[in-house]
Amino acid sequence: MVQGADQPMDTERMVLNFGPQHPSTHGTLRIIMELEGETVIKGTPEIGYLHSGFEKLGEYLDYNQYITITDRMNYLSPLCNNVAYALTAEKLMGLEVSKRTEYIRVLMCELSRIADHILNVGMLAVDLGALTAFLYGFQLREDIYDLFEIATGTRLTTSYTLVGGLMRDIPDKFDEAVIKVLDNVDVVARDIETLLNKNRIWQDRTKDIGIISKEDAISYGLSGPMARASGIDWDIRVQEPYSRYEEFDFDVAIALNGDVFDRYLVRMEEMRQSVKICRQALDKMPAGDVMVDPDLGFSLPPKDEVYNSIEGLIYHFEITMRNRGMTPPIGEAYVATESPNGELGFYIVSDGGRVPYRVRTRPPSLMNYSIFPKLIEGHMLSDAPAIIGSTNVIAGELDR
Amino acid sequence: MLLPKIITKVQDKFPSVTLDTTQFAGEDIIHIQGSYNLDVLKLFRDNGFNFLADITAIDNLTLGGFERFAVVYHLLSHETAERVTIKAYVPEDQPELPSAESLWKTADWQEREIYDLFGISFKGHPNLIRIMNPDDFQGHPLRKDYPRLGRKERDDFPVVKRGINKEAAQ
Repeated sequence: MVQGADQPMDTERMVLNFGPQHPSTHGTLRIIMELEGETVIKGTPEIGYLHSGFEKLGEYLDYNQYITITDRMNYLSPLCNNVAYALTAEKLMGLEVSKRTEYIRVLMCELSRIADHILNVGMLAVDLGALTAFLYGFQLREDIYDLFEIATGTRLTTSYTLVGGLMRDIPDKFDEAVIKVLDNVDVVARDIETLLNKNRIWQDRTKDIGIISKEDAISYGLSGPMARASGIDWDIRVQEPYSRYEEFDFDVAIALNGDVFDRYLVRMEEMRQSVKICRQALDKMPAGDVMVDPDLGFSLPPKDEVYNSIEGLIYHFEITMRNRGMTPPIGEAYVATESPNGELGFYIVSDGGRVPYRVRTRPPSLMNYSIFPKLIEGHMLSDAPAIIGSTNVIAGELDR
Repeated sequence: MLLPKIITKVQDKFPSVTLDTTQFAGEDIIHIQGSYNLDVLKLFRDNGFNFLADITAIDNLTLGGFERFAVVYHLLSHETAERVTIKAYVPEDQPELPSAESLWKTADWQEREIYDLFGISFKGHPNLIRIMNPDDFQGHPLRKDYPRLGRKERDDFPVVKRGINKEAAQ
């Protein structure tokens, strides 16, 4: 036996900067990896590259103005952020919105969920070298963004909700366009699953990678698909229904192993359930207004009244002037919603003024990403993109 | 319904720690003294509130409250789907309270964020450094006495001076 052959080879530890400009870091994430060979001994994420002071800005913008900021937080599903913020402000002010408003919000949220999940699965695949699945998904995402453009006027910075309702009603024949896209979701999902599910390389690279136990998921505050892939039966849409989710019939997707592959499966199944919810929302769409009673002093009057009558004009100014406008009572409200990433919560503290005293966003990405150092320990460097992809970190929301 | 029982338990067990219990828009809010936050949080955790949904802070400079800062814990029970808000008050002259990292790992990054943006420090935190702002950043931006507009930090950036040799360029 050669002398010293029973000793481990003496290797030097290498420190590697992963990001912030690496293609698989999706934006501006930086991880400092300590490597021994190709095995990661320690990964330390450094965040804050996209910190934009949104919470500080919220203390200077009034309740409706801040909705434009919520778009920019999660730029893959801005409508969910709009809805979550509007729900919180409405809870603070004690407003009850119409049934039609709530149904349209559900429809929009579920469409965003499909767009978000399909992109996440596609990006996970492209990071692991499977380009085709990404292209299939991206086509569908474009179709959904076209729907958003029809309804809200923009693809990304939607700002669709207002405190007390919606900016505008959905146009005529919108349901036909939606159904056309929904029919396509199942086809695309099946295509992607045919490509990936039984693919040997895909299974090797995602199974038993980044396993999260149930206890860890709770301790690290994980929510959404990340928690459900670890066997936690928790979906805010079911357990604490908001915006009339209790009137919809759908199942919660749960997986038990908690690895990257299970998180992918949960997301695929959630898309199918979202399609179900969208169809029900379209079928049962009630008639009515999409804004609360104008006499309550929360909604802007219709534009033709503003331009053609003095009362409308005065009323418009009453709402938008700096020393007038909507003033909630002194208090605070926290509302948690099920965004594609998990529990998206807004916490608004009001001192009775026309701007919030404090606006806090509970970003699901921050909690979901905080478990990353634990997950990457002992894995190969090439597993890092898989784990980052499966956590679906959105830098805008992470850093705010 | 877990919550009413636990609230009376907290009031019985820690009468001097509990400053007040209020309700707003159907949410229960428990106001406690900051230095005893771990006792109260542990009692909640052991009685079904297993999930720490969110930690944040409020600067009560103009709002008014028991102390200048309040660290806000949003707890959730996965069993009964109930939520409760716990506000731990910290004085201005010594903004410090025990870290909840030993109870929930999620407190790690969120407490760093509060330390960064509010300047409240957490005793027993394993790695209390800034998370959003650069390490050499001065001040705590989410405090109410920190201006929204200003040029302070921008002026502090080191200026890289590159001498342009005009003659050589010609």
